[in-house]
Amino acid sequence: MTTSVNPFDVARIREDFPILKKLIHGKPLVYLDNAATTQKPQAVIDALVNYYVTENSNVHRGVHTLSQLATDAYEGAREKVRQFINAEHDKEIIFVRGTTEGINLVAQTYGRANIGPGDEIIITAMEHHSNIVPWQILCEEKGARLKVIPINDDGELLLDEYESLLSPRTRFVSVVHQSNALGTINPVERIIELAHARDIPVLLDGAQAVAHVPIDVQKLGCDFYAFSGHKLYGPTGVGVLYGRADLLDAMPPYQGGGEMIRSVTFEKTLYNVIPNKFEAGTQNIAGSVGLGAAIDYVNSVGMDNIASWEKELLAYGTERLSEIELVQLIGTARHKGSILSFVMENAHPHDVGTILDAEGIAVRTGHHCAQPLMDRYGVPATVRASLAFYNTKEEIDTLVRGIDRVIEVFSR
Amino acid sequence: MSNLHELYQEILLEHNNKPRNFRKLEDANRKADGYNPLCGDQITLYLKVEDDVIADVAFQGHGCAISRASASMLTQSVKGETLAKAEEIFDGFHALITDPDADVDYDLLGDLEMLSGVSAFPTRIKCAVLAWHTLNAAIEGKEDSVTTE
Repeated sequence: MTTSVNPFDVARIREDFPILKKLIHGKPLVYLDNAATTQKPQAVIDALVNYYVTENSNVHRGVHTLSQLATDAYEGAREKVRQFINAEHDKEIIFVRGTTEGINLVAQTYGRANIGPGDEIIITAMEHHSNIVPWQILCEEKGARLKVIPINDDGELLLDEYESLLSPRTRFVSVVHQSNALGTINPVERIIELAHARDIPVLLDGAQAVAHVPIDVQKLGCDFYAFSGHKLYGPTGVGVLYGRADLLDAMPPYQGGGEMIRSVTFEKTLYNVIPNKFEAGTQNIAGSVGLGAAIDYVNSVGMDNIASWEKELLAYGTERLSEIELVQLIGTARHKGSILSFVMENAHPHDVGTILDAEGIAVRTGHHCAQPLMDRYGVPATVRASLAFYNTKEEIDTLVRGIDRVIEVFSR
Repeated sequence: MSNLHELYQEILLEHNNKPRNFRKLEDANRKADGYNPLCGDQITLYLKVEDDVIADVAFQGHGCAISRASASMLTQSVKGETLAKAEEIFDGFHALITDPDADVDYDLLGDLEMLSGVSAFPTRIKCAVLAWHTLNAAIEGKEDSVTTE
């Protein structure tokens, strides 16, 4: 094992995450399931507690002091998100429950208004079910068709095939930025460029990418960007849909209720302006404040530092796992994030997961909500170790020892 | 670690490596599909029932060691038994893997006792019972795929 200079002090970073001190079956937790959800730093936990202890109230329209404090905290979180992804306007940031709701919102509003019979929507072969099913529902309703960009064996999109899928009937492109099952980081700039040349809007599913890649929606030029707070070290139940203001303005509302209206009579309702038009009902205020705190925390560490440490961990993990003869990595794109998805000869992923758990190692096993992708590789499931910036090379060594243990059990 | 050894006993691994009655039963008169959507385990169970007796039984599919070994052992334990006895064995097996304190008739279960280690792994119980639920569906002549969810 080679050692190199850390871009930051991982041991100190780990102190910020209380759960990392936990023992599992008497062994130190080795948390390698970050693509499913990330752990929360004390700063986020404190922000949630502080909100409920000192600021809790309902936002907007209140004239009392607490309501103003809660509104400031909520809208402050929106501004933090705007800066984090470099959106042009605050009003382009819509708080939703997560990536899934963000994509459904676009499919059910923009999609229903603009996509009709015979129209085509393009996705990729590596989508999470959350970027497949909302479009299938829309296609079913409208008589539209779903087109899928194929991938090569390394898990890279075939851009030539994408170009030939773009047709006069293409109305929307919805693509994952970083694959949850393979780690592939897609060439989204090129995908957007080709779509925009034909005036086709593009949504990026940023559920994975947002925690690992610095995001600049203006530079990317995407029309929509969706992500979840809980994969960005924030609380569960809150996420963000970024949308270009002109598109959001023209879109019909998603859900009806309070907050999304300007005036209501039994004859006619006038809708509120964005973002409120898309935030019906009381939102996850505390969650949004917690997400703001997560962004502050991530900024204090630095997205570039995070990306470079994860890159080093990925290289080390790839090297160590490649040395094991019975392990086959699934997803070997040249440009990928810190995800190590693999299958083992003789041992089913589910059994691998159980044996690793006995060693205190948390990995995800299964189809990762990407069944069409599993079919593409001809495997029912994989074992997925997904790394975050609080992981260490020693933890990867522990994973390798765990895999040795699997081999030992299954070679009896 | 002893729990792991209890779970992955040699006989279980042996059934996983060389599952018994792992084939399509050409003259089956009952058949059912089972599926565990959480892990993707899939099984097709074939039965040849004559006068309420399971004259022959076989399975195909893919899954983890526990689901495969459980299916393999199932075929051995219910072959030649009446449908009523097969149900009795399932009940006994279910108690064995879900309740460590259950009063289990080990004579009835035979080799199936080797799967008792599953009871220490609640997340894996579904793997062990998939084949059995599928057996029930085949006996009852259900057409729809059985799922563990």
